[in-house]
Amino acid sequence: MRGGQGAARAPVIQFTNCRILRGGALLREDLWVRGGRILDPEKLFFEERRVADEQRDCGGCILAPGFIDVQINGGFGVDFSQASEDVGSGVALVARRILSHGVTSFCPTLVTSPLEVYHKVLPQIPVKSGGPHGAGVLGVHLEGPFISREKRGAHPEAHLRSFEADAFQDVLATYGGLDNVRIVTLAPELGHSQEVIRALTALGICVSLGHSVADLGTAEEAVQSGATFITHLFNAMLPFHHRDPGIVGLLTSDRLPAGRHIFYGMIADGIHTNPAALRIAHRAHPKGLVLVTDAVPALGLGNGRHTLGQQEVEVDGLTAYVAGCSVESALEAASLHPAQLLGLEKRKGTLDFGADADFVVLDDSLHVRATYISGELVWQVEEARP
Amino acid sequence: MKLIILDHYSQASEWAAKYIRNRIIQFNPGPDKYFTLGLPTGLPRDHPESYHSFMWNNFFKHIDIHPENTHILDGNAADLQAECDAFEEKIKAAGGIELFVGGIGPDGHIAFNEPGSSLVSRTRVKTLAMDTILANARFFDGDLAKVPTMALTVGVGTVMDAREVMILITGAHKAFALYKAIEEGVNHMWTVSAFQQHPRTVFVCDEDATLELKVKTVKYFKGLMLVHNKLVDPLYSIKEKEIEKSQSSKKPYSD
Repeated sequence: MRGGQGAARAPVIQFTNCRILRGGALLREDLWVRGGRILDPEKLFFEERRVADEQRDCGGCILAPGFIDVQINGGFGVDFSQASEDVGSGVALVARRILSHGVTSFCPTLVTSPLEVYHKVLPQIPVKSGGPHGAGVLGVHLEGPFISREKRGAHPEAHLRSFEADAFQDVLATYGGLDNVRIVTLAPELGHSQEVIRALTALGICVSLGHSVADLGTAEEAVQSGATFITHLFNAMLPFHHRDPGIVGLLTSDRLPAGRHIFYGMIADGIHTNPAALRIAHRAHPKGLVLVTDAVPALGLGNGRHTLGQQEVEVDGLTAYVAGCSVESALEAASLHPAQLLGLEKRKGTLDFGADADFVVLDDSLHVRATYISGELVWQVEEARP
Repeated sequence: MKLIILDHYSQASEWAAKYIRNRIIQFNPGPDKYFTLGLPTGLPRDHPESYHSFMWNNFFKHIDIHPENTHILDGNAADLQAECDAFEEKIKAAGGIELFVGGIGPDGHIAFNEPGSSLVSRTRVKTLAMDTILANARFFDGDLAKVPTMALTVGVGTVMDAREVMILITGAHKAFALYKAIEEGVNHMWTVSAFQQHPRTVFVCDEDATLELKVKTVKYFKGLMLVHNKLVDPLYSIKEKEIEKSQSSKKPYSD
């Protein structure tokens, strides 16, 4: 239950002995939660004259907003781009398993697929609040099929599309509807793409640029039409060139609409991007960095052959890498920035008063020790038994 | 009077904190026996949030006090004089103030009892002197226009009724006020001098605050520090007293 009349009678929980991420810094403060939301303890003290009903000692850990993953193709054997009869169970399984990684909200991502897949799968992935059952679904991320042939990466060539004359209708026909869609990745150099970007933006859908050979000018135009995100910066786009930085140049472009800046997704596993390149991007534009997993169905499984949409991929080993920026910066890149990208920063990705109480308890090495959604414990690490 | 002289601001603060802690432990409070701590709740009108925020962030949120046991003068009350009278009644109902802790202004005032305040005054509305307005500007982003000119304050007489008074004075800009407070006579122009007539007062200051005192005075009280430091020796904490009763093994309280 969130907010509303009953909230005032809901129990007040005070998380003590912790450091919370607030205002871009880790502060030695207690976190107060009531009715699934972060509570202002000062108001509680002076106006309601109440103390906490329950105190929980966090053992000196860090409390950060729950992570938000806006690009995840599946995991634990589930592939969101497969047209199965019961897509819902697959989404639910992933939603539940990612809780242990501190993810409290996510956007299931579909790679380039044939029409039948979109028509079958999309209606089965509704927006859903998180809870003990799993992380919340914020909406679907459609990566493709309106992307560049040369930069398709792992996407199947046979199913790539370009826009027909009546571009937006073509989009609707391809996806079969945009009801549960939150983000669309497309290549802005395709003909008619600007009108598509404008139409999608007008519907409140976040448009992202990716898998593209666009130059900087085209990319800037796309942003002026409403695009706000770059899908996995550096990957599947033209490399930075000093005379035409391409999409990468959006990070420091002065041709973006006033008051807006671009967000860019980065897969910080040390493989997709050299750590030095990651640092260049971060230093050029720290406020726009959004950490994504771009996880594949093989996440959580062993080595071997797995499907990714219509392709098969080999998985060999697992690597993780930390960028080397400050802890606070990294945490914001995984929570606040994706929330800002999706316009949710009042409720998600933050521990400000009134926000949803979705947060993670981390030790100093940033390992997840517990995950909370709406102030309810939904996952915690198994303590070693003596 | 006890005059406690420490080297620096931080040491003076620490000494004062330990003294208050020891006083509370020795008082041995319980559910039926409240230790009433008085603080200068002179409240500028019109911005109660600033003062509440100050008290919350600097004190209340760090301790486990129940809101019902906190009483702050409400500068937005409809009838200010009634609010002040009610405050005096609440103090009486709580059994009087056990220990009042305050500072002084450069003009020697205690709480908002500006020069010229009666030395037997009670809680009331006061017009603030320019010195005080300047000092309060920090609560209002340094904008003098925003600083209220009136305040509710406990009176000199109210504080004199406390069983013990502790005054914290640090910094060279307070040195002259300290001199007037303890080396000159009782004078309503330097209201803190009223405590010369209180049976139990402690002045805690740093070196800089003693700059206007006679060398003789400073030497005398520094010589007493050996004795005075016993007042802040570690005592058993109340929690440990409970454990000790059940375990009956003596362990020194680690500071």
